[in-house]
Amino acid sequence: MSSSNRPLSPHMQVYRPQITSMLSILHRITGVALAVGTLLLVYWLAAAASGPAAFADAQALIGSIIGRLLLFGWTFALFYHLCNGIRHLFWDAGYGFEIETVSRTGWLVLAAGLALTVISWVLGYTMMGGA
Amino acid sequence: MSLRSPLGRVRGLGSAKDGTGHWWAQRLTALALIPLTVWFCVAVVSLSGADHAAVAAWAGSPLVAGLLILLIAATFYHAYLGVQVVIEDYVHSEMFKIAGLLLAKAAAIVLALTGILSVLLLLFR
Repeated sequence: MSSSNRPLSPHMQVYRPQITSMLSILHRITGVALAVGTLLLVYWLAAAASGPAAFADAQALIGSIIGRLLLFGWTFALFYHLCNGIRHLFWDAGYGFEIETVSRTGWLVLAAGLALTVISWVLGYTMMGGA
Repeated sequence: MSLRSPLGRVRGLGSAKDGTGHWWAQRLTALALIPLTVWFCVAVVSLSGADHAAVAAWAGSPLVAGLLILLIAATFYHAYLGVQVVIEDYVHSEMFKIAGLLLAKAAAIVLALTGILSVLLLLFR
């Protein structure tokens, strides 16, 4: 095939990981994870609509160890994707393209995503009376 | 003078007349999802450990049910637009790509409909 002689762009491995590229792919990964996570949202609403028995099953599933781990992951995915999405909207409006700014806002959205995740869980457990 | 390549012209390929529709819809739904998501997260955190009666009473108010329906519609529209781009970027077999896109679209519609109908059931129960 003649196309095999064409120049290739460098493979991923030759690039040093940078905050910009890592957060870019993390936006995509968290987006796909959240698309899968909508299953839980719909299951929770459908269980609530079905009645107390189905809802108790859903709460038990979400409250299990695996359920809580998944929910914790989805909480971070949601807050990170939300914060970084706002960063993207600023870029779309034409702001924040300087290299220093891009780095700084990158670390900022990562920290904000983690902080919001921890705050939500602490408040959630407080609501449950530390259960 | 046409800017199209001779190959593009002979194959009849050109604009799909879609323009910036996809890009714009993704941004609009993103913008709508900022307040809706923040509201939903605050609500869910304050409902931590709540029993069925409390959750049903919460979702049974017209304002909450309306916001939930908007959240579901915007979420699945936005999610489909995102998943579509991911499939188009990474799935190179034409057959698997089309199958994946149709499956993602069907899943988004079925899940959105299930969510919205559940909210309506809670509202009219």
